[in-house]
Amino acid sequence: MPNLRDIRTRIRSIKNTQQLTYTMKLVSATKLRRAQEQVLAARPYARRMLQVLNSLATRAHPESHPLLQRRPEEKLELVVVTADRGLCGGFNANILKTTVGEMRLRQGADLSVTAVGKKGRDYFRRRRFVLRKELVDIFRKVSYIHAAELAQDLMQRYVSGERDAVYFVYNEFKSAIQQRVVVEKLLPIERLPDEGRLLPVDYLYEPAQAEIFEQLLPKHVEVQVFRALLESAAAEHGARMAAMDSATRNAADLIDNLTLNMNKVRQAGITKEILEVVAGAAALE
Amino acid sequence: MVPEKIQLEIVTPERVVLSEAVDELILPGTQGYLGVRPGHAPLLTTLQVGSILIAKGNEKRFLAVSWGFAEVLPDRVAILAETAERAEEIDLVRAQRARERAEERLKKPDPNTDFRRAQVALEKALIRIQVASRAGAASRGEI
Repeated sequence: MPNLRDIRTRIRSIKNTQQLTYTMKLVSATKLRRAQEQVLAARPYARRMLQVLNSLATRAHPESHPLLQRRPEEKLELVVVTADRGLCGGFNANILKTTVGEMRLRQGADLSVTAVGKKGRDYFRRRRFVLRKELVDIFRKVSYIHAAELAQDLMQRYVSGERDAVYFVYNEFKSAIQQRVVVEKLLPIERLPDEGRLLPVDYLYEPAQAEIFEQLLPKHVEVQVFRALLESAAAEHGARMAAMDSATRNAADLIDNLTLNMNKVRQAGITKEILEVVAGAAALE
Repeated sequence: MVPEKIQLEIVTPERVVLSEAVDELILPGTQGYLGVRPGHAPLLTTLQVGSILIAKGNEKRFLAVSWGFAEVLPDRVAILAETAERAEEIDLVRAQRARERAEERLKKPDPNTDFRRAQVALEKALIRIQVASRAGAASRGEI
């Protein structure tokens, strides 16, 4: 029979854990809200840029741009976006599973991997896989500068011919409790999404259209990277919130069961004592 | 009919910096500074590292921008900039430090230095310093 004191200690310890997971859930909820706002704040810029790009693409000659050139995909770069921290359910595991699957799929190709986020980096390190580049500790505050630097590095590798294509593996933010792992081709730019109508007016251009187009295209890539990072950040907080919510509920279930158990043990103890007293009294008569 | 005001909107990837009606503005176009008043012909231009001047009544304000582009319509101007800071948001000490760093890098003939990058960094720092100090001058009525 379990000891009464042991059960009490356990209940106390689970209560502590529960408090912790509950707090983490609240913190994640706040961070999620902020991350969502950031995603929203990034939209007007991206939309405007697409409008202008689309309207220019019809006038300039986009095929010639180096970022649009398609080559046979022999040398690939995978950019794996995980979180810096754990305790967020399957968030990191799902990404890494997909990544490993992709790598198996392209076993013949020359692969190099860039890891964004500590969890992904540690995963590859443990397996003695040499990463080309790592970028950690950027999710505390995702800034455009980080995204721009990463994008420039990737573009440089692509344009110089070191890599034939660049893929992104990241968690897309669907809703607060839902994430989806996506594998997205960043380079070459397949086609510009048709979001946003064409600009209705004929402008004066300064400098010429083709030149503006050439300047805008790399910015478009930067914005894509920025968006992927923001999505991942929002998805991470959503995943952590959901994970901590179910952990809090599991702790409550455990406490209920243990309390029931404790009461049973206590009851049994009392019954036993009464029996002993009665038996003792009977023996005296 | 010429509209009376320009509806100005400045957006960066991180936030909407400014959205209001103004009288006149001067932009740092890639091919030189250009002034915009209500009724301007539709224009699409890229912007270089520089300062934007915004005039509204008697009030003049400055912003520092790095790369971006501007869409000008008769009654509306949309500016998409990589970074845009109002004069009062600029950290002058940091800008000074960035300037010193960049100058040092440009002076030393080190083959590893990315010359172009250091130059851009210097430009940005100088513009920030200029904008921050000009804003001070404007508030004292010296411009």
